[in-house]
Amino acid sequence: MRIEDAFLGVTVALLGLVLVYLFRVAVGPTVFDRILGVSALGTTTTIILLLVGVLYDRIELFVDLSLAYALLSFVGALAAARYFEQTGDR
Amino acid sequence: MSELVLAGLLVLLGALALVAVSAADLLIAAIALGAYGFALALVWAALGAPDVSFTEAVVGAGATTVFFLAALLRTSRRRSNVPNPQRLVALGAVLAVGLVLLVATRQLPLWGDVGAPPSTHVSPRYLERTLEETLTPNAVTAVVADYRSYDTLIETLVIFTGGLAGWLLLARPR
Repeated sequence: MRIEDAFLGVTVALLGLVLVYLFRVAVGPTVFDRILGVSALGTTTTIILLLVGVLYDRIELFVDLSLAYALLSFVGALAAARYFEQTGDR
Repeated sequence: MSELVLAGLLVLLGALALVAVSAADLLIAAIALGAYGFALALVWAALGAPDVSFTEAVVGAGATTVFFLAALLRTSRRRSNVPNPQRLVALGAVLAVGLVLLVATRQLPLWGDVGAPPSTHVSPRYLERTLEETLTPNAVTAVVADYRSYDTLIETLVIFTGGLAGWLLLARPR
């Protein structure tokens, strides 16, 4: 078994996790469940991007991408937090 | 293997789009669109286009969600009750345009086709001559900022106008 197979296995497992997050985003039941689902999705996507970089043998490019991605992926959750702070509803 | 992953991601994209369209609460629709952006970014990464994937993640999942939330903050979370006939016309127009695009896709070269016109003479031309003509090591940067600099300039103008209009609409009256 090569190391690439292990990386591929981890990638597929994480994609399975993405399914769980997306289920939470789609089903809810509250808005907060959905926001948490999107946040977790952003974190996992960062790691999946790195693994895809290893699989495509272009890790130096994907490291930069996932770093910038990690910096920006929580912006949506922040905006939602601002929204609830200003309106006070759920 | 990667085809299976891609097919799964595309099914998810469809499901998330349906959630966004059918949600009665517009806040849920905005969040579902954010998740749609993340899933689409993964699709681009799996297709080997990391720069497009990155743009999709920043614009589709990040900025668009913020803009939608800013708009919702100043309007209402409830969807308006557009009369049914208007909705049907909109659905018909969307389906017709989608069908035209789908038919047009059949004329495109296959993904990664080395015999396609862009692969045989457009890409090699840029890759071979970019360094001597523009003194820029990155060919994509040279195309965007040098060969198509007017295009990029006007694009910047469009984005500036859009940003200005958005700011005028969303800025709080004093």
